[in-house]
Amino acid sequence: MVVIEEHELVARLRAGDETAFSNLVEQYHPAMVRLALLHVRSRAVAEEVAQEAWLGLLRGIDRFEGRSSLRTWLFRIVVNRAISTGIRERVHLPVSSEELETTDGRFSQDGWWVQPPEHWADQVLDRIAAPALVARVRELIADLPPLQRDVVTLRDVDGLSAVEVCSVLDINEVNQRVQLHRARSRIRAVLEQEVML
Amino acid sequence: MRLRRRRRPSGHDINCQQAVSLVAAYLDGALAPDDLALFEAHMDECDHCHEHLRQIEATILVTGEIRAEDLDPLAREDLMSLYRRWRDDRPVS
Repeated sequence: MVVIEEHELVARLRAGDETAFSNLVEQYHPAMVRLALLHVRSRAVAEEVAQEAWLGLLRGIDRFEGRSSLRTWLFRIVVNRAISTGIRERVHLPVSSEELETTDGRFSQDGWWVQPPEHWADQVLDRIAAPALVARVRELIADLPPLQRDVVTLRDVDGLSAVEVCSVLDINEVNQRVQLHRARSRIRAVLEQEVML
Repeated sequence: MRLRRRRRPSGHDINCQQAVSLVAAYLDGALAPDDLALFEAHMDECDHCHEHLRQIEATILVTGEIRAEDLDPLAREDLMSLYRRWRDDRPVS
């Protein structure tokens, strides 16, 4: 179903159909800018990176064989370009806080809870869209180590599948899951702070 | 200590830390059947881990809220003219 639609979409793009392109832009451009922003400093540069990715898509459209989805392909171009632009942009990458990663500290040596979680999931569910919570999560994601940032944004903000994310970021499934687990654990901890205030 | 022992699910082998480490795979539907059975048995019996799972689910939902951004009309205009230029430069096939 999706494959047929995409074939058709590609054919329409090749034929110069503006509506097809416009729909695609509508659907993916904001996510592409968001993805680029994880690696570059300014929105303007992120817009540029996303725009270059669109140009890359158009230039390559005749060779597109549908082995990956258009989305995966586009996002992969964005990540690659954003990373190289981001490296050029600053001399020093921020120190990866990966080293600071500790194993939660909430479990005993034999793996049972030492500090059981307070119960707050329901409170968060009651205010999922609260601007303060969302803003806090957005800030935290910006501070995560780069790979965690990419994985959690693609998975939990943009809703890509694990398989797609592996392909976009060129990582294996185990690594993808480890990064996702770490990123979610940190976001969880921040929400806990916010809710338990 | 006694409390933790009482909470320890009987009849299977995983501890809380292991259960928590399986959450991402569980939510992706990627657990092998054996692991899934262990995970679910543990979740059924352990309130703490069950709450943790619910917190991760809540975390994912809040993170998803970052999304609500619309396409900047100027960006759309730029991209549409990019498309037109590409189309006009294209060799006729």
